[in-house]
Amino acid sequence: MSQPQALQAAPMNTGMGNKRQAKGITGIAVADPLLTVADLKTYFFTRNGTVKAVDGMSFAIARGETLAIVGESGCGKSMTALSLMRLIADPPGRIVGGEVVLDGVDLLQLPEAQMRAMRGRDISMIFQEPMTSLNPVMTIGKQIAEVLTMHTRLSRDELQKKVVEMLALVKIPEPAQRAKEYPHQLSGGMRQRAMIAMALACSPKVLLADEPTTALDVTIQAQILELIVDLQRRLGTAVVLITHDLGVVAETAKRVIVMYAGRKVEEASAEDLFGDPLHPYTEGLMASIPRLGLMRGEGAEVDRLQEIPGIVPPLYNLPAGCVFAPRCPRADDKCRSEYPPYEEKRPRHWAACWHAGERANG
Amino acid sequence: MTTILDHSVELQKAGANVSTRWQATVFLARRYPLGAIGAIIILVFTLTALFAGWISPYDPTTTNAKASLAVPSAAHWLGADFMGRDILSRIIGGAQISLAVGMGAMALGMLVGIPIGLACGYFGGWVDLIVQRLIDMMQSLPLLVTALVMAASLGPSLQNTIIAIAIPLVPSIARVVRSNTLALKEMPFVEAARAIGINETWIAVRHVLPNTLAPVIVLATAQFGSAILVEASLSFLGLGVPEPYPSWGRMLSESAAEYMRTAPWLVIFPGIAISLIVFGANLLGDALRDMLDPRLRT
Repeated sequence: MSQPQALQAAPMNTGMGNKRQAKGITGIAVADPLLTVADLKTYFFTRNGTVKAVDGMSFAIARGETLAIVGESGCGKSMTALSLMRLIADPPGRIVGGEVVLDGVDLLQLPEAQMRAMRGRDISMIFQEPMTSLNPVMTIGKQIAEVLTMHTRLSRDELQKKVVEMLALVKIPEPAQRAKEYPHQLSGGMRQRAMIAMALACSPKVLLADEPTTALDVTIQAQILELIVDLQRRLGTAVVLITHDLGVVAETAKRVIVMYAGRKVEEASAEDLFGDPLHPYTEGLMASIPRLGLMRGEGAEVDRLQEIPGIVPPLYNLPAGCVFAPRCPRADDKCRSEYPPYEEKRPRHWAACWHAGERANG
Repeated sequence: MTTILDHSVELQKAGANVSTRWQATVFLARRYPLGAIGAIIILVFTLTALFAGWISPYDPTTTNAKASLAVPSAAHWLGADFMGRDILSRIIGGAQISLAVGMGAMALGMLVGIPIGLACGYFGGWVDLIVQRLIDMMQSLPLLVTALVMAASLGPSLQNTIIAIAIPLVPSIARVVRSNTLALKEMPFVEAARAIGINETWIAVRHVLPNTLAPVIVLATAQFGSAILVEASLSFLGLGVPEPYPSWGRMLSESAAEYMRTAPWLVIFPGIAISLIVFGANLLGDALRDMLDPRLRT
């Protein structure tokens, strides 16, 4: 895909021409990054105070790479994705700082019209709810065609051909037939496939997948993940996979970021993270995955599924010091008074914790 | 003993094996018999109005002194008025006026009300606030009163009657579209549309508007009935469609005072025509509501 013409017309863009890279990024460095997010801050201004939904997120992703962002509900994962798309509802939300540099262009500096031209063409998003993310009174063929009419100049016939081609690409059987059907005539998995077809119709450079499999049942989940991985390989799209399901992460991503209360708390390759988590929050997440045989309790005592005590603190009233301290088994006075720096604790394994790597019990 | 389960009856009831448009029509008519009656009434009146020139036995405006106040007979099926004009022909002519006013006012009301409601609901802001207060003011007056004031200030003519009735219909259409838009704009598919780079106006028109149409259709059918009723009332009061157009409302007002006792057919038949068409519109509206609003489906 060629550079969008709209961008060449942008006069205010600093450093056009030579590729720009965001500064002040912490975490695993990526050679020749496609998308760099640096110190992204998205705040919501509410009656209860300022909610720091995303508070200084930084990461980079290379062409064709898969990066997973994991964390509990309400930790700011979806807000990160919506911030990248600049789809934060304003008011009450606003991106108050940071940079999102996609292929040399800072998305946060673009005027709305140019940003709109990039959505769906250079950066796309798929949503959690395939049931409600498609317009119920429009055939899926028309909805896919809409993305193409927005961003390309295809003739009617070419459009129709491309729609069928996209539906075939996401492995929807009888694509020509299905294009004429309405969302309610398709199953949940089919609808998610149609959503993916829509998101990928213009071969975007980056695909943000916000919990793409959460609303689907397990067998369909596996199929959809397989499809995303397969398409990524074929189209060379970089995928940011947002999920709370560590199983999904293990299956798809090479690199993982763990988020907590709007901040990055750990980052490593999937292997390192699963093999030897550093942050107590990550350990807690892993301990809370049910394993086969766990609940059977053959002996006298039944092993209980581990959970992380407490909930994510209200984001408008964050504790001083480490935000995880109130729930952390290793927290001491230092944790409660000072936020730990985000450091490379091991080679290519970053964490923000005063007690990184110390096991809670043995 | 084994019984082979045959579900063909249930399937038939559920509308399986409905493939052609005709079969679908028959299926819907069976499921909503009252709605079918309403649809037939409206259809008959529409056909009557369309082919008035062919089926009307006399010219509705030609007077005939010999036939003055003629009793219903073979020559004049529904009788004739004091000027000897054939009542049946005048009712057929009146159907044209009633339908023109009903459909015209309904269409005009939608044409103005839908964009207002959509813009207010989708974009909101201070414009919405002001428009909603204006609508509050208009809605505090009854339909007939507003139409009366409008008709009186515009002067009697067919177009003016349509406009006079359409204006008070606008607020309720705008309200329905606005409230649906408010709910719809928070739907994930609107955000998904944004995420593929569609601009806000296009989202409002292409994605939100079609989703609000079901309640609008139901409301429009109900308004069609009331528009006809209001036209009859305006004509009865002398503010509606002027002479020489035959209007049901004026047929009533011309005859009610003097001939109610001596020639009751002058009052009864136009009265039946008005009641019947409004009844048909209401039946159709109720059936459409049941069909289009699954929450009310039993």
